[in-house]
Amino acid sequence: METPEDFTISCPIPIAQYPHVLLAHGGGGKLMHQLIETMFLATFSSGDRNRHDAAEIDLKSSRTAFTTDSYVVQPLFFPGGDIGSLAVNGTVNDLAMCGARPLYLSVGFILEEGLSMATLWRVVRSIQQAATAANVQIVTGDTKVVDKGKADGIFINTAGIGAIEHSFAIAPPSVKPGDVLLLNGDLGRHGIAIMAVREGLEFESQIESDSAPLASLVLQLLEAKIEIHCLRDLTRGGLSSALNEIAQAAGVTIAIDENCIPIREDVQGACEILGFDPLYVANEGRFVAFVAPSEAPRALQIMRSHSLGASAQIIGNVTESNSSGFVTMNSKIGTQRIVDMLSGEQLPRIC
Amino acid sequence: MPHALCPDLDFIMKFIDEYRDAQIAQEYAQAIAQITTQSWTIMEICGGQTHAIVKFGIDELLPSQITLIHGPGCPVCVTPVESIDCAIAIASRPEVIFASFGDMLRVPSSDKDLLAVKANGGNIRIVYSPLDALKIARSHPDKQVVFFAVGFETTAPATAMAVYQAAQQKIKNFSLLVSHVLVPPAMEAILASPHNRVRGFLAAGHVCTVMGYTEYEPIAQKYSIPIVVTGFEPVDILQGIYMCVKQLEEGRSSVENQYSRSVRRGGNETAQRLIREVFALCLRNWRGIGEIPASGLGLRDKYAQFDAQRRFKIANHPIAESAECISGLILQGVKKPHECSAFGDRCTPEHPLGAPMVSSEGACAAYYRYRQQPSISVTASS
Repeated sequence: METPEDFTISCPIPIAQYPHVLLAHGGGGKLMHQLIETMFLATFSSGDRNRHDAAEIDLKSSRTAFTTDSYVVQPLFFPGGDIGSLAVNGTVNDLAMCGARPLYLSVGFILEEGLSMATLWRVVRSIQQAATAANVQIVTGDTKVVDKGKADGIFINTAGIGAIEHSFAIAPPSVKPGDVLLLNGDLGRHGIAIMAVREGLEFESQIESDSAPLASLVLQLLEAKIEIHCLRDLTRGGLSSALNEIAQAAGVTIAIDENCIPIREDVQGACEILGFDPLYVANEGRFVAFVAPSEAPRALQIMRSHSLGASAQIIGNVTESNSSGFVTMNSKIGTQRIVDMLSGEQLPRIC
Repeated sequence: MPHALCPDLDFIMKFIDEYRDAQIAQEYAQAIAQITTQSWTIMEICGGQTHAIVKFGIDELLPSQITLIHGPGCPVCVTPVESIDCAIAIASRPEVIFASFGDMLRVPSSDKDLLAVKANGGNIRIVYSPLDALKIARSHPDKQVVFFAVGFETTAPATAMAVYQAAQQKIKNFSLLVSHVLVPPAMEAILASPHNRVRGFLAAGHVCTVMGYTEYEPIAQKYSIPIVVTGFEPVDILQGIYMCVKQLEEGRSSVENQYSRSVRRGGNETAQRLIREVFALCLRNWRGIGEIPASGLGLRDKYAQFDAQRRFKIANHPIAESAECISGLILQGVKKPHECSAFGDRCTPEHPLGAPMVSSEGACAAYYRYRQQPSISVTASS
């Protein structure tokens, strides 16, 4: 991740005057105007847009994907990312999972009174950098400031619009027996990176979040005419929850092989210590693709030649239709078991 | 082992992957089958072992004559309801920061759990060590910091260290709600029960890392029962079962050590000294089992100032448990989780009737998580 510029040089808000966000920064008056004009518009605007109540956009494709997500992560900054880049990548990835080309984002901030202006500027810069990397434009936004104690620093909502340029129906109902599951990389880094900072855990190596925009990899698969039946990013609840959701929605049984699921040694070690199962730990740059069996080798090759799929694996397949919808796993010692959806939060074990 | 789908995957985990090796596991399973001539019932003591057995399907690799039953070694499961009620009463006080291991937060008391207290504004922190709770006490001198000290001999030394340091450093705003329990008295209670079916034990490797295994030798002798100190990975457990079955078939009953990479006969003497310094044996009520004499650790008189129950003047009120929950029979190995009429229906991890459904180490939760689909036959694949 690019390091944000030195605040004192680049922050457009006069920091000596306003080192912290005040209620008035959301109050509709001069301060709010200054914040929007000098920080948000100057950073996000592509220059030729009219300043109006809504953004006018021109969508060339007839099929459009539209999604929204809110981001409330603590800490705001963590190894491998921050709430800003997460808010862009998360929404971009939701669009990508429809096979859409992400085009436009909205960004809504809920700021806690007293938030350091330097922190806000870091987040804003990070949003801008992530949007550039994901090739999306931020076209509209909103800012609210709430009383101190009523929020946790910064909450961000982003909504996104993407163009669907393919003719597939990429959704759980398209999943069929025989479909092969591809995973684009190792599991569990985001969840463990956050956990490590939040709980002050130190490991020999720093574990960085896998947060990344996945659209370019998905679009490459689509441009190569890979017959994709379903895509799902593995956020909260991890691989297990994502596969269970699809199995239930599609009424199929999914079988995966534990031996094929890449998990980095440091992440596995952290999970062993905490009593977590990496199959349930959150990711922010990982997805599973269900593809027709004949397409799997080519899809794997495309994934592996992309920087976000270098350690991609085939992890299993769809075995049965007309099922009540569950996931089985061939374990490391050659037995089979159910992979259930998570009940509540994973809690660290005693011993 | 060649990976069926991905021969080029090479993520080797030191001290984990070698104990999850399919070929070695299969070899042990075959060796167990070869030496088994009659039916044997073996109890694994520790919830961590139960979790591994069900998660990896280890019991499915065993010959049908071997029955594994799941012992009372889940600290979350055996902590009595009155202790949890006490915890909730203390954690609800505005001046208290209540520190606990994570999986205690979801254990139901007579009416709610600690997560509900947190949702109502209680200051509850998940910690990984009692020393972290002590650190919180140092940095919040205006608050009363209370640590919920549960667990077996494994966690007792760390609790003892926190008490010892608090005394040395004269920290006044730190106290503990102590509900520590000991393994050997529970084993004796199971063996002395008229329902007992256990013919061999897998003792808990980490408990023995602290305590050694000399205290198991008189039990093995008195009850003519083999006890094998066993680790937690699939290959450890299979090797422990093999050693146990071998003794049973040969008519021997001694204490053997499968987990020699961690356990010495005398254990960790420094840790034991610390436990003795801070704690004395006491009567303890085990959830689902009842009172077992000298089965718990309580603070010695010289450390009584750190007793949270005394500090907050909260008395123990014995509480009736759900009439439908058969956790006592489960924890004694008399019944298996799926033999309970409430299992998976009125009792699930989201709405547990009893503690074994709460902790990931509880036998009921392990069965629910890995075995809940009755339509699936969970079998070994070649």
